[in-house]
Amino acid sequence: MENEQSFSDICGGRLALQRRYYSPSCREFCLSSPRLSLRSLTVVTSTVWLAAYGLFTVCENSVVLSAAIFITLLGLLGYLHFVKIDQETLLIIDSLGIQMTSSYASGKESTTFIEMDKKVIYYLCILLKDPVEPHEISQVVPVFQSAKPRLDCLIEVYRSCQEILAHQKAPSTSPQAHQKAPSTSPSIQKASIVSRGK
Amino acid sequence: MVLKAFFPTCCAAADSGLLVGRWVPEQSSAVVLAVVHFPFIPSQVKEFLAQVQQTSQVGVAVLGTWCHRRQEPEDNLGHFLEGLSAIFSHEPWLQLCREKGSTFWSCKATRWQGSTSPGAPSEDQVMIVFYDQRKVLLSQLHPPAILPDQETGDAAAGAVGLAAVFHTVARSEVLFRSDRFDEGPVRLSHWQSDGVEASILVELAKWASGPICLLLASLLSLVSAVSACWLFKLWPLPFIWSKLSTCEQLRYRLEQLTLIFSPQKAENPSQRMRKANMCVSVLLDVALGLTLLSWLHGKGRIEQLADALVPVADRVAEELQHLLQWLMGAPAGLKMNRALDQVLGRFFLYHIHLWISYIHLMSPFIERIVWHVGLSACLGLTVSLSILSDIIALLTFHIYCFYVYGARLYCLKICGLSSLWRLFRGKKWNVLRQRVDSCSYDLDQLFIGTLLFTILVFLLPTTALYYLVFTLLRLLVITVQGLIHLLVDLINSLPLYALGLRLCRPYRLAAGVKFRVLEQEAGRPLRLLMQINPLSYGRVVHTYRLPRYGCHPTHSWGSLCRKLFFGELIYPWRQREDKQD
Repeated sequence: MENEQSFSDICGGRLALQRRYYSPSCREFCLSSPRLSLRSLTVVTSTVWLAAYGLFTVCENSVVLSAAIFITLLGLLGYLHFVKIDQETLLIIDSLGIQMTSSYASGKESTTFIEMDKKVIYYLCILLKDPVEPHEISQVVPVFQSAKPRLDCLIEVYRSCQEILAHQKAPSTSPQAHQKAPSTSPSIQKASIVSRGK
Repeated sequence: MVLKAFFPTCCAAADSGLLVGRWVPEQSSAVVLAVVHFPFIPSQVKEFLAQVQQTSQVGVAVLGTWCHRRQEPEDNLGHFLEGLSAIFSHEPWLQLCREKGSTFWSCKATRWQGSTSPGAPSEDQVMIVFYDQRKVLLSQLHPPAILPDQETGDAAAGAVGLAAVFHTVARSEVLFRSDRFDEGPVRLSHWQSDGVEASILVELAKWASGPICLLLASLLSLVSAVSACWLFKLWPLPFIWSKLSTCEQLRYRLEQLTLIFSPQKAENPSQRMRKANMCVSVLLDVALGLTLLSWLHGKGRIEQLADALVPVADRVAEELQHLLQWLMGAPAGLKMNRALDQVLGRFFLYHIHLWISYIHLMSPFIERIVWHVGLSACLGLTVSLSILSDIIALLTFHIYCFYVYGARLYCLKICGLSSLWRLFRGKKWNVLRQRVDSCSYDLDQLFIGTLLFTILVFLLPTTALYYLVFTLLRLLVITVQGLIHLLVDLINSLPLYALGLRLCRPYRLAAGVKFRVLEQEAGRPLRLLMQINPLSYGRVVHTYRLPRYGCHPTHSWGSLCRKLFFGELIYPWRQREDKQD
């Protein structure tokens, strides 16, 4: 069964979530980000080439122009192959484990598989935005570290916090330390809290 | 728990028969290794499996039946297969079935013991995971699931999780030795059932490697015995050997070659990889060296090089002389102390004059020397680079001497200044207690102390300037030598065989596994394909990097600046000898 829904990420960009239920013991979730937009590509390329042309008129050396083309091509290839992630997939298989795949715009895929032997712990954390750089996270603060409640309790807490924070966001003035909405991140802890088998 | 059946892809087209493999109860997974075909005698099958179990220490057993219906449904076969569960009892009993022309399989796993209603079997939910037997057999997990010292005995129980699957397949090589052309009591289907893979070249190389290794090992032991001879231990030869990086490099290569050609076989995979990496690194080195040799000896380049060497040395000396003349005048507008300036300047100028005379004395022999040094490239590019670094060190020996003189003078001055400054304030350094104590001086002591202090303070700029200039020159030479050493280190320690393996046979170096869900149909068991997730290039280099000789300077920038300020001498390379005492 396939199911598609659209959400938005923390910066406001559009995301598409695709759910596939292969069998009662196997499910896949696929999040796709928006593709590389033609507008941003054109803007960057024209800026670089205009700058190169400006340099060319100053120093009269055509090597500058070829170098600019080379750099643009290499930069684009490197960006597509190493930076731009198009899709992230989470595959859960009962009694085997969880597999996470990121596929880049150039087609490269990097996969991590975490076995079911390792315990999976859910935690609720507060992500603090950096006051200087609005798109960066400056701190991750986990809550309920000693109590370690289960997912149902965490969902309850999360929903209530979201209601209150929604009220706080309505008046648009906000102090410097911008507190971000708490997010449940099903996070897998491997090293310290590993418990084999049962 | 859901029962996982690991099925090899090579057996998916095999005829009907018995499934043979290992059952791992902790993870409720059945690893199928091979399929036994009809006709067979149950007692012979049991005997064969007992033999395999004894040899490979893996608990191989009959896990169930495999039914591949090529024609119209054969009911006789179905009943016959069901009767087999009584002969080879195994809990749970797997029954895999594949219809003709259908990609979907049916699978049943029945348990007789522990079922809720006695007399009726309970069925488990099954998941089929396909794996490529050849790739899983040849791959190596990083980090290794079983440590080398646990290999013997009941090590099969040690691997947890999916590593158990890898371990089972790897240890069951005995099972894969018989192919379908053998006339044995039991007919098996597995990845080698179409004939055991082998290559004539590999077999010939293995056969020839024995005597060649013995010969080369004896040659190398002869060479090491000669080099350990007492003649070479007479002073000052050991001192010279320790300073030349060529000797270090030759010693390193000799050690590596001894390891490669040692007649003992490598015990575990990491030793084998290390040997292979060393071998490829030596081969590449020699290949690059021979390229350099052919380039040097063509078109009279040696004469050009030799002709250019003496003028270059002359030019360097001339530039140094200009520099000293500039320092003896009014460098950068600073006013120097004339007398000290003249003394130091003349001393260094005489030194340069001596040096140039020696170079000119040697100039007729330079071409011969360069020709012979060029020959050393056939030992490897690293040896040539080390010789180049040593030649640079020898040609700039005068800069090194100037640096030492300037540093020592500056150091003395700083020591004197600090001690006299303490006297100025009425304090003294207590050697016994290693601290500064107050002290009452006599008037004449104070008078002379103050006088000397003033003299030293006013002479400080001159000495400091000479020290600064020569330290900068020395640092420049050290940087050039450092770059050459970096290149040599790179060639020495890069694991080229491992990188090549990662490029061409990525399944050999496995970081883990990844799963792909195959076509599904409602009501049928889940089918997955297990593939090997290869190690990333960075981790390959990190895991298989070869050890280097010597090391980079271990002092941090802070301690370096401190040493420079106080005039202590900097020794850039810590040779091996320092580490051995």
